[in-house]
Amino acid sequence: MSGHSTYQPSHPAARWLEDRLPILSLAHASAVAYPTPRNLNYFWTFGAILTFMLVVQIVTGVVLAMHYTAHVSMAFDSVERIMRDVNYGWLIRYMHANGASMFFIAVYIHMFRSMYYGSYKAPREVLWILGVIIFLLMMATAFMGYVLPWGQMSFWGATVITNLFSALPIVGEYIVQLLWGGFSVDNPTLNRFFSLHYLLPFMIAGVVVLHIWALHHVGQNNPAGIEPKSKDDTVPFTPYATVKDVFATVCFMIFFAWFLFYTPNYLGHADNYVPANPLVTPAHIVPEWYFLPFYAILRAIPSKLGGVIAMFGAIAVLFVLPWLDTSKVRSAAYRPLFRQFFWIFGAVCILLGWLGAKPAEGIYVVLSRIATFYYFFHFLVILPLLGFLEKPRPLPASIADSVLSKKKLFGGGTARLGGATAAPDTKA
Amino acid sequence: MVSSGAWRYGHFDLGGATNRACFRAFARRCHPLLAARCPDEPTLAKVTDVATTHPETSAEPTRRDFLYIATGAVGAIGVAATVWPFIDQMNPDASTLALASLDFDVSQVAEGQAITVKWRGKPVFIRHRTAKEIEEANAVQPNELPDPLARNENLEADAPATDANRAAAGKENWIIMLGNCTHLGCVPVGLSGDFGGWFCPCHGSHYDTAGRIRRGPAPENLHIPPYAFTNDTTIRIG
Repeated sequence: MSGHSTYQPSHPAARWLEDRLPILSLAHASAVAYPTPRNLNYFWTFGAILTFMLVVQIVTGVVLAMHYTAHVSMAFDSVERIMRDVNYGWLIRYMHANGASMFFIAVYIHMFRSMYYGSYKAPREVLWILGVIIFLLMMATAFMGYVLPWGQMSFWGATVITNLFSALPIVGEYIVQLLWGGFSVDNPTLNRFFSLHYLLPFMIAGVVVLHIWALHHVGQNNPAGIEPKSKDDTVPFTPYATVKDVFATVCFMIFFAWFLFYTPNYLGHADNYVPANPLVTPAHIVPEWYFLPFYAILRAIPSKLGGVIAMFGAIAVLFVLPWLDTSKVRSAAYRPLFRQFFWIFGAVCILLGWLGAKPAEGIYVVLSRIATFYYFFHFLVILPLLGFLEKPRPLPASIADSVLSKKKLFGGGTARLGGATAAPDTKA
Repeated sequence: MVSSGAWRYGHFDLGGATNRACFRAFARRCHPLLAARCPDEPTLAKVTDVATTHPETSAEPTRRDFLYIATGAVGAIGVAATVWPFIDQMNPDASTLALASLDFDVSQVAEGQAITVKWRGKPVFIRHRTAKEIEEANAVQPNELPDPLARNENLEADAPATDANRAAAGKENWIIMLGNCTHLGCVPVGLSGDFGGWFCPCHGSHYDTAGRIRRGPAPENLHIPPYAFTNDTTIRIG
């Protein structure tokens, strides 16, 4: 990847390998010498946290697949067997189920961080689009994984989501039959969902490699939103970013462990501990919390096809975000108006999530429609106009300048600052 | 005291100038890239002075060395504690262990007959031996056998392979054994082989009427599982 390395392994065996496959210098250039902006805050540790969560999900998932049976008459019991009989099965299943939620918490923070600091802007559009693809794959994986325990929520979630495609004119019905492999969600559906649920995480891992490749090619964005200009603006990935990433990951694991050990079913639904019954739908059917904002958008539109289009549009609009935001300035730190709209947008997303969990009636429908309208208004009207209307604050001369002037703000080091900022290139 | 140099290493600062010097020493030892950065750092001039009073070659471990090893040790224990459930989940689970015993009524097995039952997924041979077969088995001394031990879980591990130690206690016409060849686990064929007992078709092991290996590659006599007669005609295996 980028970050030109003059790395030469010292051990003869390592040099022998390096001459035949330059994997050691690749690892060195990507994970050791790779220059990271010196002003990154803890929001930049979520890439590492997400990588960790992907590994957790794959490892626990492979283990669960050793004990799970993908058949309508055995799936529910095999999951209960995992919970009661398999050694540490309760731990591994709860890790996997809560791990999915943790994965989405981390990815939402990661995405909002990109939006706040304008990380999707040139030259990082492809990096951003790859991220949206990963998000889509995550949603598909999480949805199919939720079907596997074959509880009531599994069954009816699968029924509702697959029926979204029936909204398509003419071909809808055939597509739904194709997805089901029959005339309802049944054993063929369960089997293919299991197969795809096992496959997709490895596709995610593949796109993650592209995502990191793109990241290391264009370099990381940073809270100041300006490119590093000199060596003084960056620090080497190891030890600075590695230690910080490990520390943040450990903190995240504590958060994860709290759910895992103290309230493992808090993020789930009790109805999914009732075996699937194709003849009775539960009274309140809601998706997992991470789909709620999109679910609210689906229900806000009083038309079957319209709701489906709006829901998919809410994700599709992310693909063109780099071109909808017309401002040349990346970081919200220097965009006084955008910063306010960003927080309003964040609040609207949370409101949509809350509305998604409410019954589709009365005031909730009205609020859902307002929030859905604002969601698209933000992307399609506010962002394009802000670039022309907003007067950004002056950008700092360099990353080093931005952190050192902040240092001055909090007192201390004023006497030495002159030297440090006047000639950044003479250092290091 | 805050200098821009101190800021640069602020992440690692635990106790002022001394530790900064220690960090530089640590960085030189462990990380050539940092070592390359350090000497050219003009703002670290003050720190360098301190460093000379604490030579890097000092045998005294620093607080940083301690933190480094202590953190690594906690991390290693945490990883080990996390890995264990992922290994242990492959062991037999509670429902598998619950299938560990089997009751069987042997009254239908006539003299000279042998039947096979399944216990823990494996075949168990139950053979009602004739007087002639018992006599043949008794004619051999344990020390003449390839495996002189009884391999009977109901007896001491060093019990000799006499016919009495192989047959059911007090009911020498019954012999109960695991039906997997001790070579590589195939199921031997009953009432066959050169010794009138069992013959394994996979690699040619011959067992006698007491299930003892007599010729072929198998290293041990057929194993005898824990079992007992709960009444005259019922055995409980496991």
